Amino acid sequence: MPSQLAPSHSLIQRKSSTGQLLDKAFIWTTRICAFAIAGVLVLIAIQVGNEAIPALKTFGLGFIFQQNWDPVKDSYGVLPMIYGTMMTSFIALLLAIPIGVSSAIFLSEDFLPLSIRTVLVFLVELLAAIPSVVYGLWGIFVLIPLIRPLGEWFHEHLSWVPLFSTSPSGPGLLPAALVVTIMILPTITAISRDALTALPPELRQASIGLGGTRWETILHVLLPAAFSGIVGAIMLALGRAMGETMAVTMLIGNSNSVNFSLFAPGNTIASLLANQFAEASGLQVSALMYAGLILFILTLVVNVLAQWIVMKVQKF
Amino acid sequence: MRHYSVQADSLINSQAEETVLEAVNANIYYGNFLALQDVSIKIARHQITAFIGPSGCGKSTLLRCFNRLNDLIESFRLKGQIYYHDQDLYSRHVDPVLVRRRIGMVFQKPNPFPKSIYDNVAYGPRINGVKGNLDDLVEQSLRQAALWDEVKDKLKASGLSLSGGQQQRLCIARTIAVQPDVVLMDEPCSALDPISTLRIEELMTELKEKFTIVIVTHNMQQASRVSDKTAFFNVQTNERGGKVGYLVEYDDTVKVFTNPRETYTRDYIAGRFG
Amino acid sequence: MDLTRKSSDWRSLFNTAMTVVAGAFVVIALIPLLAVLSYVAIRGLSRLNLELLTKLPPPPMVPGGGIANAIVGTLIMVGLAALISVPIGVAAAIFLAEFSRPATARWIRFATNVLNGVPSIILGVFAYAALVVTTKTFSAYAGAVALSILMLPTIIRTTDEALKIVPQEIRWAALGIGAAKYQTVMQVVIPAALPTIITGVTLAIARAAGETAPLIFTALFTQFWPNSLTQPTPSLAVLVFNFATVPFKNQQELAWAASLILVLLVLLTSIVSRLALRRKTY
Repeated sequence: MPSQLAPSHSLIQRKSSTGQLLDKAFIWTTRICAFAIAGVLVLIAIQVGNEAIPALKTFGLGFIFQQNWDPVKDSYGVLPMIYGTMMTSFIALLLAIPIGVSSAIFLSEDFLPLSIRTVLVFLVELLAAIPSVVYGLWGIFVLIPLIRPLGEWFHEHLSWVPLFSTSPSGPGLLPAALVVTIMILPTITAISRDALTALPPELRQASIGLGGTRWETILHVLLPAAFSGIVGAIMLALGRAMGETMAVTMLIGNSNSVNFSLFAPGNTIASLLANQFAEASGLQVSALMYAGLILFILTLVVNVLAQWIVMKVQKF
Repeated sequence: MRHYSVQADSLINSQAEETVLEAVNANIYYGNFLALQDVSIKIARHQITAFIGPSGCGKSTLLRCFNRLNDLIESFRLKGQIYYHDQDLYSRHVDPVLVRRRIGMVFQKPNPFPKSIYDNVAYGPRINGVKGNLDDLVEQSLRQAALWDEVKDKLKASGLSLSGGQQQRLCIARTIAVQPDVVLMDEPCSALDPISTLRIEELMTELKEKFTIVIVTHNMQQASRVSDKTAFFNVQTNERGGKVGYLVEYDDTVKVFTNPRETYTRDYIAGRFG
Repeated sequence: MDLTRKSSDWRSLFNTAMTVVAGAFVVIALIPLLAVLSYVAIRGLSRLNLELLTKLPPPPMVPGGGIANAIVGTLIMVGLAALISVPIGVAAAIFLAEFSRPATARWIRFATNVLNGVPSIILGVFAYAALVVTTKTFSAYAGAVALSILMLPTIIRTTDEALKIVPQEIRWAALGIGAAKYQTVMQVVIPAALPTIITGVTLAIARAAGETAPLIFTALFTQFWPNSLTQPTPSLAVLVFNFATVPFKNQQELAWAASLILVLLVLLTSIVSRLALRRKTY
């Protein structure tokens, strides 16, 4: 009897040890791939930082405050680009937040039947799927001619306001900011909508039960309750706006100077890179990497903050 | 199907008791599905009326008709009438927002707003246009809800930081802060521990002096402890196999629990089903 | 105790006004979509013919021509990128959903979301520094690597979600009959989640096809057929960028046509993925 048992017993032993080995290898493979994500992030930071070192050494922090970008004299400063990045992002946020949050509200409440709502939600998401370069093309041939008459009117009548102090001559801060607005709208709408629909229905019922109207419920109960989620959405949108490259490059005019007029051409860090990188050499490359490092850090900070906020909300 | 006629009229002695809410031949539909059939009932002022019965019998559904909260459900339809002090609640001219100011509701799961305790109680009065200093109103409501002593030092704390029983009392304070006429309670203690339950039952007995209370409960002992009148609902299967709720018996609580008229009532009280 | 509706009441007026405003904003939000789609269709449709799909872009001032090389180039690079990112992304998601501890999983998901937020131009810069400089040539490989980093977060996120939805009972059933962990995952769980995974991959591919910034200094562009993976390679996205800013009508028309193809690709994948996700069995 023991001899009959022994062979099958050892068979099981052997099978499980190869099985175990394969399992271990499998798990380790997946583990490595997962940690590779963090690895890639670190790699990017290192690579960009490394290439930026010559410029860091040469210009130090003055890089951020210098207005001059001169490849001929090898003297570089990114203040106009930082200004352009901030201005386009903030204008875009200014426009996209009210539109995006109201759309999120409108599409999370039952103002419309569910079937129509689903289609509208899909359409808003479609805005995010259109490639940036297509927005740029459209911006050049459709948007800029469209806003020119409006811009001229503002310039004629209100040129004492710094925002309208130059004549709209084509590419500029405003068309770039408008296109960025369109591109970050879906982010704000989708995530705010998620925050609103995640709220427990008892909250609405309590407010309605106390005699609140629909909008009183939305403004005084639902929005405050979904506030962190909405803030997270806005921060994610900010991160996207700062990093937006192609459409902005095609519409902003690529002029390396700070000009307070909305219609004047400007530049962002991302478009600086897009324009100059391919043909740059020597210290210019390092300066571009330095600028890229600044952008990387800025978007990193914003995205980390946004993630932290959104994760806090999801836990509740 | 057998029809049960309830002698509602004889129940309310017009000399001693005033009718606050009345349903007359109310039939409630969700789409084409009949949920509650032919209910006629009168709710008396300054009394606690309990709706009891097995699950699915429509007692919560009827309750939510009284404050037009069923409006939130798209497929809801009412055939028949529901009156509040002789006003047809479902008339086209009636504003549900104003109805809910007069007829408040406490829900099964405590649902305080994610705001401070003070703001929770002040919310109702604020949106209903009460201006000025709300401190007195908030204190009075919290006292009436037997919560003041426990929270008077932390009015700014979040309503969610309270225990379950305290949260429910906060919700009660919030509801009575708008000074309604009627307070509807939909299984208010089912999510609470026995001690909190008892506290809220004591509270109800105090509250009925100022308000009229209608409570839905699946806890028969609670109904017998707390209510003045009890309505027993049951479920039956119709010809097509669907389930419909209906009113079986409605009488003084003492009578329903000691000497009920209907067999079903007797069986339910004895715990033989539901 | 008058409960009658006063529609002139300030509260009701406010309520109605807010609804109108919110609805108007939704319309405003969708106008650009309509505008872009219609313009791309109008300007691009006229060039949508066989010549477009088979000929090379002509030099300036020469009429006709097509964008065939760009189409091929996009297919090559996106294909390569998928070859890199799909196995790594799915493997990473498997680790997240099946084997990781909650704390580890949280950090990796966090890192994935952060990677998603890195501007695509920085990815291009990274690929340039890592590959173009070291190999001393612009190449399809460099472009593909940049695109693959771009695709990773999307693939990981959708695969992660897809795996999380697969019921635990299925795993227990497999393990119960003696299957090893790798067998359970590869032969039972993944097939169950496959439709959603494929949808996620499709979406990532559509996004990658439209990206320009990672390619403008990794794969560059050429007017000719892509002939080697270690040479500059054309793509639809870079074509649109280049041709949009030159003053030649023919080139601009080709840019619109390329945009139309990209937009059609995006539309198709979005609609199909939406429908596919709705018909999930789980």
